[in-house]
Amino acid sequence: MTLKDIIAKLDLQVLAGAGNLDQAVSGGYVADLLSCVMTGAQPGHLWFTLQTHLNIVAVASLLGVAAIVVTESAPVPPETIQKAEQEGVVLLSCAEPTFEAIVKLVRAGF
Amino acid sequence: MIPPLIVDMALFKGLQLIAVTDHNTTGNVAAVMQAAQGTGLTVLPGMELQTREEVDLLCLFDTLEQAADWQAQVDRALLPLVNDSEHFGPQFLVDAEGEFVAEEPRMLQMASLFTLEEAVAAVHALGGLAIPAHIDRPSKGLLRVLGLWPPNLQVSAAEVSPNLRPSQARQRYPALPPVPLITASDAHCLDMIGQVLTVFVLAGPPSIAELRLALADAGDRRAYVP
Repeated sequence: MTLKDIIAKLDLQVLAGAGNLDQAVSGGYVADLLSCVMTGAQPGHLWFTLQTHLNIVAVASLLGVAAIVVTESAPVPPETIQKAEQEGVVLLSCAEPTFEAIVKLVRAGF
Repeated sequence: MIPPLIVDMALFKGLQLIAVTDHNTTGNVAAVMQAAQGTGLTVLPGMELQTREEVDLLCLFDTLEQAADWQAQVDRALLPLVNDSEHFGPQFLVDAEGEFVAEEPRMLQMASLFTLEEAVAAVHALGGLAIPAHIDRPSKGLLRVLGLWPPNLQVSAAEVSPNLRPSQARQRYPALPPVPLITASDAHCLDMIGQVLTVFVLAGPPSIAELRLALADAGDRRAYVP
C-alpha cells in the first residue's frame, strides 16, 4: 500500500510533504514517547502519534518513516508543519483516535 | 512532608538553598518559605510544570508575587478535571506549622496546555528561571519524551535525575548542547532531601539573577555538582 492509498482509505489530511505520497508503507508504529520511536520505528513505517512538538519532524526524518499520522485532529503547531515541509517529511492529520484508524486500515486490507 | 520538617531536614543535610516545586502548583510554597524564616535557609518559590508534550519543567522565581502570577497563568492552562484522591492521593494545602488548610480539588497530576517553549518564554517573561527537570528520566524527562534536545529551546540549565551524574549524562547523550547540567533531589519524602545537590558559588544573597550568573560562570561564580 502506498501513502496515497492510505490517505484515501482513512480520509487523512495532508499537512506537509504532499510531493512524497507515492512511497510504499512497510508497516507501522504507535508511540508518543520519541525515545521509544527512535528505537522502535523502522524506515517506511507509518508512525501514529498524538505528539506534535517540532521534534517529531527530526525523529521522522532521522528514521526515514514514510509518514507521521497525528490522530484525533490534535492541533499541530505551525513550526512543526513548516519544518516538515522543509525536510520533505510527510505529515498527516487523522480525525479518528489511533485505535480506530488502525482497525480501519486493517479492514481495508493492510 | 510538612513545612517545618522540610526546613529541619534541609538544614540537617547542610543545605542553604532549596526550591519548592510541586506539580503544577505553588500552593504550599508560602508555608515553607514562612517556616524557613530566621533559620538561614533560603526557599525559592517554584513549580514543576507538566507541559503539553508531557515534559516536566522546573519554574523558579524570587518572589511569591511572581509565583502567584505564574500560578494564574497555569490555572488557565490546566484541564478542568477533578482529582480522584483514592487513585492519585489527596492534595493537601498546609500552613507553616503543617496544619491542614484545605484540599486542592483540581487534578494536578496532568499535562497543562502550555507547550514547552511557550512555558519557558512565559517563565522568562516573569523574570524566572526555567529548567527542564530530570531530563533523562523515562517518565516526563525531556530527552525521553522528545528524543532529542529541541532546537529552539533556550534555557539556562537542565536537571539530570539523581541516578545520573552530569558527566555520565554527557556520555549517554553526546548530542546534548553545552547547556549547564545540575542535579537536585526531586524529594518526594523527607529522607530524599539532599540526596544529590548542586553547589552554587554566588557573589551575593541567593536570587534568580545570581543563580543565572552562576550557571553562566560569570565572574567568580560557579555552579557544579560535587
